[in-house]
Amino acid sequence: MIWIFLSSGLFLGWSLGANDAANIFGTAIGTKMLRFRTAAIFGSIFVILGAVISGSGAAHTLGKLGDINAVGGAFTVALAAGATVSWMAKLGLPVSTTQAIVGSIVGWDLFTGSQIDTVSLTKIVSTWFFSPLLAGIFAFILFNILKFYLKRVKIHLLQIDNFTRIGLLLIGIFGAYSLGANNIANVMGVFMGSNPFKGLSLGFFYLNDIQVLFMVGGFAIALGIFTYSYKVITTVGRELHKLSPLAALVVVLAESLVLFIFASQSLERFLVSMGIPPLPLVPVSSSQAVVGAIVGIGIARGGGRAINFKKLYKIVVGWFLTPLSSGILSFILLFFMQNVFQISTYKPIKYSITEYTYRDVPSTLRQAIEPIKGEVFANAREFKEKLSELGIKKEDTGYLLSLARIDSIYIDSMIAKRELDQKWFGKKRIEAVKKLHGRMFVHKWQVVEELSKISDEWKFRSSDRRYRVYNRELKKMYDTIFHVFSIQNIREKFKISPE
Amino acid sequence: MIPIFKKTKQLEAKIDEFLDTILQAALEFKQALKYYLNGDLNEFSEREKVVDRLEGRADSSRRDIENQLYQEMLIPESRGDVLALLENSDDVLNLIADTIVEFSIERPEIFPEVKDQFDSLVEVSIGAVEEMVCTMRSYFKNITAVRDHISKIMFFEKESDKIGEKIKRYIFDRDDIDLAKKTHLRTFITYIQNIADKAEDIGDRVNIYAIKRMM
Repeated sequence: MIWIFLSSGLFLGWSLGANDAANIFGTAIGTKMLRFRTAAIFGSIFVILGAVISGSGAAHTLGKLGDINAVGGAFTVALAAGATVSWMAKLGLPVSTTQAIVGSIVGWDLFTGSQIDTVSLTKIVSTWFFSPLLAGIFAFILFNILKFYLKRVKIHLLQIDNFTRIGLLLIGIFGAYSLGANNIANVMGVFMGSNPFKGLSLGFFYLNDIQVLFMVGGFAIALGIFTYSYKVITTVGRELHKLSPLAALVVVLAESLVLFIFASQSLERFLVSMGIPPLPLVPVSSSQAVVGAIVGIGIARGGGRAINFKKLYKIVVGWFLTPLSSGILSFILLFFMQNVFQISTYKPIKYSITEYTYRDVPSTLRQAIEPIKGEVFANAREFKEKLSELGIKKEDTGYLLSLARIDSIYIDSMIAKRELDQKWFGKKRIEAVKKLHGRMFVHKWQVVEELSKISDEWKFRSSDRRYRVYNRELKKMYDTIFHVFSIQNIREKFKISPE
Repeated sequence: MIPIFKKTKQLEAKIDEFLDTILQAALEFKQALKYYLNGDLNEFSEREKVVDRLEGRADSSRRDIENQLYQEMLIPESRGDVLALLENSDDVLNLIADTIVEFSIERPEIFPEVKDQFDSLVEVSIGAVEEMVCTMRSYFKNITAVRDHISKIMFFEKESDKIGEKIKRYIFDRDDIDLAKKTHLRTFITYIQNIADKAEDIGDRVNIYAIKRMM
């Protein structure tokens, strides 16, 4: 059953592999600098590695946009994105999986009345504008460096040819890794909240549940590369085809760098340690980065004449059209899934000012929320509407939403032993969890509060930029705790009926 | 990766050898004509044979290079340009070989008054071919030097035009020489000028190809 639900995500992965491999190995194969088989084998291996090793950064940002908590919903959201991508590609419009999936997730948010994380949304959308620009700048600089270098060193034309071949393969490998790292979020990100897989030990290293999910998505991308990308490379008139191998080298490197910097947590950690503000980790579109890079080379070659404004215009249209259509489609499909096929597309998240919430609220707010104490709201939207009726300020609404969210968590030491990976959590953290054996929690924040009391390891550090990565890692651990010990999940796992 | 480098190193050597052959043939030609001007026909015909042999060798090595470039799908971007260069430079060699054969068949009479000038004509025309070979080597290895060599080719070609014209004017102004001999000598002056012209054509091509290669 789970594979049926995953199929839409796998399809999305397949189409990503089929289409985006052309952005990495297109010229190399088109000009016969590399054999397709070589490119496909290396490309597939490194796409999977990128997805598994570095996929979680960008996926985390996408996850914040919509915490899709039912597998039926994830299936529908991925299906809407996949259908939009195929449909728009058929119409010959420039389309990006990234933009389609974001539109679909927002569609889910609207359908379920969940809260839309506007901070993440702004982050993601602004990256769409920024990434082609950055690719263009990279290409411009790299092109000039290469030109400068080639003019000065005396290498035989045939040796340059050899170096280009090796370069295309190595940069292609880097590109494949970056593509996997950056774009796996598009393919599998929506399934993170309803991930059916468990962690997997592979001898020397351990893959956590999300990494296993990403590996499966990586295989789908690899399948796309093997089965269909050759056709895309040879039949569809790709931009990259018209480039010389050396220019293609620059374009692919610029594109890969962009994909990489928007995916790499190690780079983020490095920047933070240097005191430089890091870039957000967000899935970006490889095709649009390529167009940006080509424009960059065009400018380096001879000013604005080389810029294809029609193409740029099409991309800008794509920015709006793709998320809009996939969002609408997602909404409609979710409606049908939920109401016609009776498949649950979300686990309703209720909100209520419980006794605990009330106790934690500052006294200034208490009076205002007094009238709705104990009342249960079906979703975030209803709760927010009520709060605004009560005249509560916007900045307090977000705070109250996190305090009033009802999750039902039950901590069990046996489950902790079985499900929590000791390598990742560390002994101290797991011991702390076990100490809460038998306790029930209505709110997530209560768990955070209790665990922080037991162990310093469970405490978030100050919101200083230096601790950003640490805090995010801790947040991921908390998310796993909430997932593993959610009563709903325990029921499903151990087949306990609600009665 | 090592085998790739080894293979291209071999091909690199073959291209160098091909260019060496052209250069050698051009120098042999110059030497042969020196003997011809001095009336040493035995030595001239020896050199003629050498040129003929070199021409044959260049042909086969050119074909060999072309086959390898295509079979191993090397330099996809500049393959067409390189082939054109190889073939055109081979044409220069053919022109040299044909001219020397014409000399040995027709034995044109070179009047003592113009001997020195004729010698200079051969000198500058072959100078253009030497520079052409340098231009081609630079195209492969040191693209920024292409320009300098092309300027030299252009200089030699103009010089050959000037010297040729001077000789022609001189002989056609003379009333004591038979018209048949005048036209005969003119034909050979043109042959030698053609060699420089052809070398200049190749220089022009390399110029364009080099701009292309600057990306």
